[in-house]
Amino acid sequence: MNPSTIALDQVVFDYEDHRHRAKALFDGLTLEIPAGTVTAILGPNGSGKTTLLHLILGILAPDAGVVLLAHRPREQYSRRDLGQLVGLVSQNEYLPFNFTVLEYVLLGRAPHLQLLQTPGQKDVAIARRVLTEIGLNHLAQRSIQSLSGGERQLVMIARALAQQPRILLLDEPTSHLDLANQERVLATLAQQAEQGVTVAFTTHEPNQAAAVASFVVLMRAGQVLHAGPMADVVSAPYLTATYGVPVEVVEVKGRRFVVPGREG
Amino acid sequence: MTGGRSLAPRRPIFPLLTALLLATLVASVFLGRYPRPYWTPPRLLWEDPLARQLILNLRLPRVIVACLLGMVLSVAGSVLQMLFRNPLVEPGFLGVSQGAAFGAALAIIVLGARSLALQGVAAFFALGGLLLSYALARHIRYGGWTLRLILAGIAVSALFSAGVGLLKYVADPLTQLPELVFWLLGALWSVTWTDALAFLPIALVALTVALLMRWRLNVLSLDDAIAISLGSAPARERALLLILVVAATAAGVAIAGIVGWVGLIVPQFARRLFGADARHALPGALLLGGIFGLVCDNIARVTFAGEVPLGIVTSLLGAVLFALSMVLPTRTDAAA
Repeated sequence: MNPSTIALDQVVFDYEDHRHRAKALFDGLTLEIPAGTVTAILGPNGSGKTTLLHLILGILAPDAGVVLLAHRPREQYSRRDLGQLVGLVSQNEYLPFNFTVLEYVLLGRAPHLQLLQTPGQKDVAIARRVLTEIGLNHLAQRSIQSLSGGERQLVMIARALAQQPRILLLDEPTSHLDLANQERVLATLAQQAEQGVTVAFTTHEPNQAAAVASFVVLMRAGQVLHAGPMADVVSAPYLTATYGVPVEVVEVKGRRFVVPGREG
Repeated sequence: MTGGRSLAPRRPIFPLLTALLLATLVASVFLGRYPRPYWTPPRLLWEDPLARQLILNLRLPRVIVACLLGMVLSVAGSVLQMLFRNPLVEPGFLGVSQGAAFGAALAIIVLGARSLALQGVAAFFALGGLLLSYALARHIRYGGWTLRLILAGIAVSALFSAGVGLLKYVADPLTQLPELVFWLLGALWSVTWTDALAFLPIALVALTVALLMRWRLNVLSLDDAIAISLGSAPARERALLLILVVAATAAGVAIAGIVGWVGLIVPQFARRLFGADARHALPGALLLGGIFGLVCDNIARVTFAGEVPLGIVTSLLGAVLFALSMVLPTRTDAAA
């Protein structure tokens, strides 16, 4: 196993419903996400994709079972060490204060700094390098609230990349973006994987998974239905079982597309 | 998209503001109504023993407290706004101000006149208000942590407000009520060196820790999930800052009474001047707050022969500035 693998072993996680009754979401979830891949965690809304990311990061703690990051149980990492290992881009991050792009991306340096430390020249250089890498350096002094949706999402990714993580988790990174920006974000993810970062993102949109992922996890109602190389998993029978509606998989110019199929 | 002007921090303002604060501080010592309205010539420090007494024993501690109070309320406001991820939060939230008011009212009715006991009781109930809000928020069964704390703060404040109303109702209208009302309006007229020295340590500790953690505040203003992913322990770090700024605010309120608006308006202006990054906005709020505290108290004590309660001046100036800040075109510092 490569040092940046994510593994979950027999993870049990209960959540409280609106009547405060414990309900099992994961009941013995076992999964391994290989290092250096772009992994798509694919499933309908409510299948537990976000919870899975939060369990990996320790934002939520499993009721039973183990989460292993680079072979070590997650609890053995300090918060800071974990921050240096794993970056997170969450869905629709709300920013009440109007930071500049550079100020915001610099926050990604937090796990590399002590509690009372402020970022120095080296941190600014890293933040600028990340912005240049994903083609946003010209926005460095712009206010975050003045950005378009696509730019904003890329800036969120830049903040996570300024952490210099070996594992990058993203929750629905393309869900509110137009086609061009979806492609930009997905290309950035592929580029990170080429540089050795293990990238895992959730999506409910099978075409996103087919476009960029090399490894796909199919989830439904807290269960992993299938996990494996994209070519094996993005298939009509598996996706039909996952989404509960008939789908067809067609290939256009070497790329797979998932389209709703007709009954019969 | 339009509106993407550069938000680079305007750092040259810092030396200017520092100089302005020092000038205001020195000028405040010589502003007053002795021997004649508005100005006490500095030479009287040597020539007139009464002027010396007045300046060294009455004016100096008061000026120090006015400056520190402005700083504490402004920094507390900035810190609370970032911790609660809401640019409209101020130290009056979380039951702190109303708790202090109730404590002070209780002390005036039960223990009699102003005294150290009043400050102790006010501080006790200010912290009590916070703890009660905190405990209540833990038991609210819906909403995020921030929403629950704010809701709990509203409930606890209302509870203490009712208590203050009751105490006003039973207060002796000739002896106790005027003092109670004056305290509730906020004033520094009775500040002594004892008050100043009691306030100084907690104010300095809170201001220093907040300034040292100013960049961390940016991290704490992010979503919990993101803050955790950045290696922070948001619950613990927020609790530390919260306890410190509330303790300093309680100590200030115990001396000065309810001085509103400072903690809301000064942080807003600091963000407009220095940008959202607390690395610059927090020191900015500290300097602006000191100046605002001094200017308001000078207006309160110098303008008329009789003292105008400080809380009235800060509310008046604060409300006007707040209204102006919403009407005048500036770069936005808060999401709608």
